[in-house]
Amino acid sequence: MTIAGYFFYLFSIVLISSGAMVISARNPVHSVLFLILAFLNAAGLFVLLGAEFLAMILIIVYVGAVAVLFLFVVMMLDIDFDQLRKGMSRYLPVGILVGLVLLAELILVVGGFSVAPGAFRPVTGEQVTNTEAIGRVLYTDYLYFFQLSGLVLLVAMIGAIVLTLRHRSDSKRQNIARQVGRKREDAIEVVKVETGKGIS
Amino acid sequence: MLSDAFTKASTMFSTYAPIYPELFVVLAAFVLLMWGVYNRYPAGLSISIVAVGVLVGAMFLIARQPSVAQELFNGAFVDDGFARFMKILTLAGAALAILLSLDYMRRERILHFEYPVLILLATAGMMLTISANDLISLYLALELQSLALYVLAAFHRDQLRSTEAGLKYFILGILSSGLLLYGASLVYGYTGATNFARIAEVVQVSGASVGLVFGLVFILAGLAFKLAAVPFHMWTPDVYEGAPTPVTAFFATAAKMSAMAMLIRVVLTAFPDATQQWQQIIIAISVGSMALGAFAAIGQTNIKRLLGYSSIGHVGYALVGLAAAVPGGAAADGVSAVLIYLAIYLAMTAGAFACVLAMRNGRTTYSESISDLAGVSKEQPLFAFLFAMLLFSLAGIPPLAGFFAKLYVFSAAVQSQLYWLAIVGVVLSVISAYYYLRIVKVMYFDEKGETFQPIAPSVKITLGITAAFTLLFFLYPSPLKLAADAASRTFF
Repeated sequence: MTIAGYFFYLFSIVLISSGAMVISARNPVHSVLFLILAFLNAAGLFVLLGAEFLAMILIIVYVGAVAVLFLFVVMMLDIDFDQLRKGMSRYLPVGILVGLVLLAELILVVGGFSVAPGAFRPVTGEQVTNTEAIGRVLYTDYLYFFQLSGLVLLVAMIGAIVLTLRHRSDSKRQNIARQVGRKREDAIEVVKVETGKGIS
Repeated sequence: MLSDAFTKASTMFSTYAPIYPELFVVLAAFVLLMWGVYNRYPAGLSISIVAVGVLVGAMFLIARQPSVAQELFNGAFVDDGFARFMKILTLAGAALAILLSLDYMRRERILHFEYPVLILLATAGMMLTISANDLISLYLALELQSLALYVLAAFHRDQLRSTEAGLKYFILGILSSGLLLYGASLVYGYTGATNFARIAEVVQVSGASVGLVFGLVFILAGLAFKLAAVPFHMWTPDVYEGAPTPVTAFFATAAKMSAMAMLIRVVLTAFPDATQQWQQIIIAISVGSMALGAFAAIGQTNIKRLLGYSSIGHVGYALVGLAAAVPGGAAADGVSAVLIYLAIYLAMTAGAFACVLAMRNGRTTYSESISDLAGVSKEQPLFAFLFAMLLFSLAGIPPLAGFFAKLYVFSAAVQSQLYWLAIVGVVLSVISAYYYLRIVKVMYFDEKGETFQPIAPSVKITLGITAAFTLLFFLYPSPLKLAADAASRTFF
């Protein structure tokens, strides 16, 4: 067995056990931390497969953004997880039954699994890294999909702003145009004060 | 020199002619967004009116397309007769929804400029899903559409009901997207293709394996969710009730058009050689939807919820036509029946929602309860008459448009020897007539209750157009029939 083989087993074992910890840990913050560990190991597996681009994306997007977001949500929301777990023993038999049925179905399907020859299209010609190979098709063959994804992100941005932005009326903001446009006559009034009368 | 470069650029650009309508809608949405952002004063009303113009303009662009099927981006996007028919229906639904919202959103103080922009982007997503001819473009366009719809459902963000509707729709929607994506990955794994035409080739050569059918089932489940068909309908009543009423009208009209178009295109272009497999699923979904629509709506007291259940039932009737659209059966006539059904359903539903928006009992308060309609015929006889006609049409009573819609789908079922399906459909249609007629009874025979405020002009226009179509369709049905027949020949 080569070094790569040992690393494969290392990553796989850590990945599976941390995946199990994600759903069994009592503290939800620990669950998220195990999730991050699982992502890192999955990235390691991708590197072993020679898919370094996917590995980096997994770390940047999932560990860097998604998992941290989860962590925030878990810490900000006051959810009583023990309360949620309360019905566990009551629903467990039904859950196991449904799981077994689904498992049997999956075995039935995966048992006859053979990937169609068209699903693997190896890069032909000169040796390129897979980052470069993705870059070559992303803006040419997949231009339409790329632009559509951009539109989806735009809608997400508009949606986030629409649903959360509030213009506070009590905050004090600097309005430079109004400051500059202010004239002396608007601000200062010359008043002749008669002696002994004061200003009313 | 310059003119050379110009002609070169214009010929390059004209290769994208099939996608011009979508580009037009998206670019218009960008311009309107910038207008709204850089406008010092709230410009929601004027932007909404311009957005209606944009949608009508896009309809003209579609009508001007040459009447041949054109593919773009390696077959990921296709513009054919079917797509053009469905896109015009979708655009009409979106335009009516914006018209309906003008008065309501202003009174509720939520006519922000983002509203028409989001409707335009959702409509662009729907047009792209209708034209999607590839699993990847189908998924991406579907997400574009759904994401905008989630935000629209929660648009009344200060109202608990609306945010709840948005959150519910979002959570269940992403779950169904996950199902769809899982199915798509299985189909890709077993066929090695994402393009519908190439999937069909592989299925024709190697037959439908268990794994492929597994993938097909997941894809159909995801699409049935977007269509709100039984057993994936649970979100519908809550979302329809909670979302702002014009947004609900948008869900019930335009969104249904695109979901049905996707379903038709997937089963007929990607799986024409797995007819047996998808036909039984479609029949089961159809019977379930018709039954639920007929029975669950009976006990409803909220009119938006009732219309939600009614829309589930109507999806079931339309699917009868799709179940019949098999070679050797009704074939193109089945698809044509679905298209006619959708066009008539669009008009009836938009009209019914116009009537719901006419139930304004205060300056800013709207009634949604059926009992508030009691005795409305005495004070607003015309409104009561038009609402009653729309309800008769929804129930399928001749000679209104709804009757012809049902006639076409049931005769397609008979043509395909699905006699029992047609009989079940007719029986359930009679049962569902009960709850439509109950509203008519409340309006005409109950003691006078609530007094409604005068109806807003934009709502009147919508009600007038849709009621006229529903009432007078029987005089001149041939244009719609011919257009639907031409569109359905795309597949056979």
